[in-house]
Amino acid sequence: MPGWLKFAFGKSVRLAALLAAVSIITFVLISFSPVDPVRAYIGADMMTVGAEQRLDIAVYWGLDQPPLERFLKWVSSMIQGDFGSSMIYREPVAGVIAERFWYSLSLMAAAWLLSGLIGFAAGSAAAMNRGGWLDRVIQWVCYTIASTPSFWIGMLLLMVFAVWLGWLPAGLGVPAGVAAEQVTIADRIRHMVLPAAALSIAGISAVALHTRQKLIDILDSDFVLYARAKGERGWQLYRNHGLRNIALPAMTLQLASFSELFGGAVLAEQVFTYPGLGHATVEAGLRGDVPLLMGLVLFSTLFVFTGNTAADVLYRLVDPRIRGHENDSRNV
Amino acid sequence: MSLLQVENLSISFARYAGWLRREIIMPVRQLDLALQAGEITALVGASGSGKSLLAHAILGILPANASLGGSILYKGEKLTAARQAKLRGKDIMLVPQSVTYLDPLMRSGAQVCLAARGGDPRKLQRAAFRRYRLDNEVEQMYPHQLSGGMARRIMAASAFVSGACMIIADEPTPGMQAEDAAETMKWFRELADQGHAVLLITHDLEAAVAGADRIAVMNAGMTVEWLPASHFSDKGERLQHPYSRALWNSLPANGFYVPQSDWRAVSSREGPGCPFASCCELAAAICREEQPGMREGERGWVRCHAS
Repeated sequence: MPGWLKFAFGKSVRLAALLAAVSIITFVLISFSPVDPVRAYIGADMMTVGAEQRLDIAVYWGLDQPPLERFLKWVSSMIQGDFGSSMIYREPVAGVIAERFWYSLSLMAAAWLLSGLIGFAAGSAAAMNRGGWLDRVIQWVCYTIASTPSFWIGMLLLMVFAVWLGWLPAGLGVPAGVAAEQVTIADRIRHMVLPAAALSIAGISAVALHTRQKLIDILDSDFVLYARAKGERGWQLYRNHGLRNIALPAMTLQLASFSELFGGAVLAEQVFTYPGLGHATVEAGLRGDVPLLMGLVLFSTLFVFTGNTAADVLYRLVDPRIRGHENDSRNV
Repeated sequence: MSLLQVENLSISFARYAGWLRREIIMPVRQLDLALQAGEITALVGASGSGKSLLAHAILGILPANASLGGSILYKGEKLTAARQAKLRGKDIMLVPQSVTYLDPLMRSGAQVCLAARGGDPRKLQRAAFRRYRLDNEVEQMYPHQLSGGMARRIMAASAFVSGACMIIADEPTPGMQAEDAAETMKWFRELADQGHAVLLITHDLEAAVAGADRIAVMNAGMTVEWLPASHFSDKGERLQHPYSRALWNSLPANGFYVPQSDWRAVSSREGPGCPFASCCELAAAICREEQPGMREGERGWVRCHAS
């Protein structure tokens, strides 16, 4: 079997096992959850809705059946491509996720790029000036950010830019009270700036500190000592050996950070009431919307898995040491 | 005039022992050496005697917490940090010891090109590859694909394309088979014959005696004797310092004689007397009271009262 086919097959098996495990664990956790979906659905109208009506709703949703049966039913329809309907949005789960994914995707992509680029540059600058004032400032900022909760950063940004300065909207994904056809791309971007900024600031410190440490390891290596002995220094040394040796680990780390990105998005979207996947996840969890929550969990698993697989593939394609090794084993 | 003159060089490192106590360690205490153009000079000493630090001190690539004493003169002028930065890789070139000194993610041809000075890098690299019998395909190889011999050739080729007039080879031969070591030494001899000054840093006395013109013997951070390589012969009668004799006579070819005293057990205390007074068989009263100065001998010098 060719190497790539073996790789793809192994990854698919792993993904299937992962999705199965994640859905079982999620379902078990939800069954033990104290949230009563019917009660959460009715909300403040609880007094006006009688016990009989509540039972009707439960039967309509199939909540009267034993959990195992519900789970198997969900699995069998999911395999046929039907993820069920969200209880709170009263729409198919797939549609809810698709619509919200576009909001989250643009938000996460912006934050991913910004935190990656800024973090990489800051980490490189710190390592190249190790022990100097620039290194100290960058490290200090990074540790401060790292020990600051991202929702707090979000609230700070809201206070300064939305409340005091009034430059940017305080929440939502589009302007309130404007017809959907009249919403412009500029409007969408304006609504995305603050959540994206909050999310990227939270991500910068990890990227910068990792990059710094990795580059310091490289700068302490024998081959950099030799390069220095050959007269290379400063930017030239960084371009020839530093960048070359940290680019790949940095890319891998960045691709593998999808899980943190998703987790951060949940908080950032909540603070800015931004209608993305994170916001929907919190809603689904708090209101016991099992089909939507299951769909979201599977989707985020797939998202994180894609990131990790991309990192793996990138290594195989780019690193000559791994690439060469694969060729060797094929020749045998 | 010597191309490079090292006088009374000391190298010390400040480091923190525990939380607050700062201690100074001084792996090189008294190093004297002179390099002539057209000659191979070997600095011979046991592992951990501080030899490699000399190479880094000459090139100015010691870690930041190191401090230097004494002086290094290059072409008669003091070698300052600014001059070192200018001369590194251009006038003075290092030949490192193993493949770990090559960038693992850079093709070997490109690494040689990076070292080239004064001319088209690609042309110089091709010429150097021919000279060191490296095939053209090797250009495209990454370090992990190279054999040990190819890696050594790459590093020798890098020194060749740099056009430097002074070459420092750090442990170039250990762990090599006899014919490989002989070939490596032949490269350095060729460079010396073309007028380069070669500094060979090694713990392999046999290779040094066979390949070098002059030898400086080092122990515990001190050069104890400086003499022509030809003085290492027979039973070592022409060697002045007891350590040089012990080193020479401990070689398998010279009887495998194990010295009675442990030459590594030198006193590290600063104070009067020869640091080897406690372990030298020939130590007399004066050795404990007065540090021996450099005494001129037959085409060399020695730092010993007893000789």
